[in-house]
Amino acid sequence: MTSSSPALPSSKTRDSAIYLDNAATSWPKPPEVALAMTHFIEEIGANPGRSGHRLSIEAARVMFAAREAIAELFGENDPLRVIFGLNVTDGINLALHGLLKPGDHVITSSMEHNSVMRPLNDLSEQGVDFTQAVCNSEGVLDLSSIETALRSNTRVIVINHASNVCGTIQPIAEIGQLARRHNLIFLVDAAQTAGVIPIDMQHDHIDLLAFTGHKSLYGPMGVGGLIVSERVDPVNMHPSRQGGTGSRSEREVQPDFFPDRFECGTPNAVGVAGLLAAMQWINEQGMNKIRMHEERLCAELLQGLLCIPGVKVYGPQNAEKQTGVVSFNIQGIEASTVGLRLDDEFGILCRVGLHCAPSAHRTLGTFPKGNVRFGIGAFNTIEDIHQALQAVSQLAKEVS
Amino acid sequence: MSSEHAVILVDSTSHALRIEKLFKEQALECRLIPVPRHLSSDCGVCVRILAPEIEGIKALLMQHHVEYQSIEVL
Repeated sequence: MTSSSPALPSSKTRDSAIYLDNAATSWPKPPEVALAMTHFIEEIGANPGRSGHRLSIEAARVMFAAREAIAELFGENDPLRVIFGLNVTDGINLALHGLLKPGDHVITSSMEHNSVMRPLNDLSEQGVDFTQAVCNSEGVLDLSSIETALRSNTRVIVINHASNVCGTIQPIAEIGQLARRHNLIFLVDAAQTAGVIPIDMQHDHIDLLAFTGHKSLYGPMGVGGLIVSERVDPVNMHPSRQGGTGSRSEREVQPDFFPDRFECGTPNAVGVAGLLAAMQWINEQGMNKIRMHEERLCAELLQGLLCIPGVKVYGPQNAEKQTGVVSFNIQGIEASTVGLRLDDEFGILCRVGLHCAPSAHRTLGTFPKGNVRFGIGAFNTIEDIHQALQAVSQLAKEVS
Repeated sequence: MSSEHAVILVDSTSHALRIEKLFKEQALECRLIPVPRHLSSDCGVCVRILAPEIEGIKALLMQHHVEYQSIEVL
């Protein structure tokens, strides 16, 4: 497989804007996603797992097929251990609040998103301690800093697989090995990688994988969750929510089996139907092909940005070592101004400022001002990248 | 009431669907139906099978490590 494999673009016409905010949410989606969601609403529509009639069972079949697809993609054997929730944040909260007790210690990194830092800070008020292992100025985690942080009461290591700020991919297989060696629970935040970077829970020794459906899995917003490996006993994970599951209805306590222990209330089955269609699309395309496409565009973007005087690029500056996320600043212009001008004058949509990850910005030296972030997706073209580079070049020229 | 059918009682609809998938692969007849009231007050579904196939099905479920509560003849 080479980077010259045919490009993916052309989902639908986007005449007025160049969307480079795929790290926040991928857009456009494969057309199959909206079709599957419309089909679910119009033809199935019933509440999955609640009633015994044909439409309710059909709705549950959609949910089950999506569990199977997710389990297969991430190397989990049991589809019932795929817990659907709102998004990756929901999955991380379920894991951290469910597992940790006062007196426990957690190791995380200095590149984490607030989806990890805020639950940890909340838990610290309840007597859970945590240490942020150090990352270098490119955002790469040093394994020895995890070893240094280990304590006798360390229970969990939680790591962001790839930075949402600058794309840095962490060596999760090595971290997983370390966690297993010390008999710790390894939780991975796969917000930026699920669907584009291969993840195998067994090979990588991941015990809990939090994912979201709306980024590189190309599904809709509002569906994501947590995969719990066989190493984690549901009895040892407290369900942060309790309620109706359609099962054990005669009892007024939460069931103890997967997935019902952690899923209650009516799920976003429409979203799950869309996610299932998105995953089928990824399988048809081939995850490797999507990755190669994004890598090629990322390399072009990095190379171009590095040639523009006055532009500082953050992170690894190497497409192979990062996702399709590229962060930079133009010397002499605030990131927020760059974002507004890119939108108004060039039709380029990106994210600017702090990207919900103050720790990561401190590590990269971009706190508190933040930076401009381009997030590449499967439907971006090389022309998008060239236009973005031209725009940045023009803005940089004005201040030089 | 006939003894032509039996039902596999399971924890949840997800568990029933796992069995349905396995049976489809094995070309075994089954249908997901609401749990008969006399067997359980649960509001969920169970897997209806042909009574003569019970023994073979038990072996199959064990072979594939599929969890279920019990098998009841109707």
